[in-house]
Amino acid sequence: MSTVMVVTSGKGGVGKTTSSAALGAALAQAGQNVVVVDFDVGLRNLDLVMGAERRVVFDLVNVIQGDAKLPQALIRDKRLETLSLLPASQTRDKDALTEAGVARVIAELRERFDWIVCDSPAGIEKGATLAMRFADLAVVVTNPEVSSVRDSDRIIGLLDSKTVRAEAGDPLPKHLLLTRYDSARASRGEMMKVADVLEILAIPLLGTVVETPDVLTASNLGCPVTLHNPNSPAARAYAQAARRLLGHDHFVGRQQVRRGGIMSRLFGKRRAAA
Amino acid sequence: MSFLAFFTRNRSAPVARDRLQVLLAHERALSGRTDLAALLEKEILAVIARHIAIDPEKVNVRLDRGEQVSTLEIDIEMPEVGWARG
Repeated sequence: MSTVMVVTSGKGGVGKTTSSAALGAALAQAGQNVVVVDFDVGLRNLDLVMGAERRVVFDLVNVIQGDAKLPQALIRDKRLETLSLLPASQTRDKDALTEAGVARVIAELRERFDWIVCDSPAGIEKGATLAMRFADLAVVVTNPEVSSVRDSDRIIGLLDSKTVRAEAGDPLPKHLLLTRYDSARASRGEMMKVADVLEILAIPLLGTVVETPDVLTASNLGCPVTLHNPNSPAARAYAQAARRLLGHDHFVGRQQVRRGGIMSRLFGKRRAAA
Repeated sequence: MSFLAFFTRNRSAPVARDRLQVLLAHERALSGRTDLAALLEKEILAVIARHIAIDPEKVNVRLDRGEQVSTLEIDIEMPEVGWARG
């Protein structure tokens, strides 16, 4: 049984591509057969983040339009043999994607892989709606920042109405991946806490990835952070998220998130009432 | 800087949370309203059309949600002829 997982957010720059690469690699490190698919046609970057930019010959649009067979476009990772990449086209635009074409490619990928990770482009246009269209589950990447949370709420609405599963009356499981989190700033009241974002978006938490220099280093080097430095806090968060996706670890519900200490609760309430 | 200001400075996160809660409650109601009004219009029309020949162009359905009271307004222009024989 294969699982199609869309990594989406609405807002750009929150960490969709980084998270797609890291989660894909973490699942592959756990022994799963994984393909990460770049849906950002015209602005591809997953190849660069995964260090495969010089190996791209054919892409998703070539496969959809019948110019190449799927195995010709798939790039197998040099470090992890259970991890593959299907790159986006850099020269076309998102109109080159068709629903029927994407459906056919996803069906073909389902026969070869355990996990199909769809890295969505930003926005709510065709590329983003097609990336989520055939998903079995969604990872909503959010930063603890107002515009990102608002856009995530909008994307959750689309996941509940515009996916094949939702249209069939089968609710799509959605998980929150909170990235660029700074717990020190959150405890000082300068940044929304995990519990705040969970309360607003009301979906279960897959993981919290703290802001750490390793994420930029890994992307500089073209290596998913879970492969580059498995002991960094970000890599551990992604590895734990992968274990949760595989059902080996429990999800964190809203009630299980620890609230701040007595001081921050006291001052938090005072500020909220002001 | 006063004693209070020292402790409350830069505590902008609760403001962010409160602003989002108000905004998203509004935006969710808006998106829900469009769908519900469209669904009601479709189903109400189907029921009426079983008995009366009506012009779908001359039907107006409006759903207004207030804090205290919500109203559903249905405005149908009846044809001069076309009553079904019972």
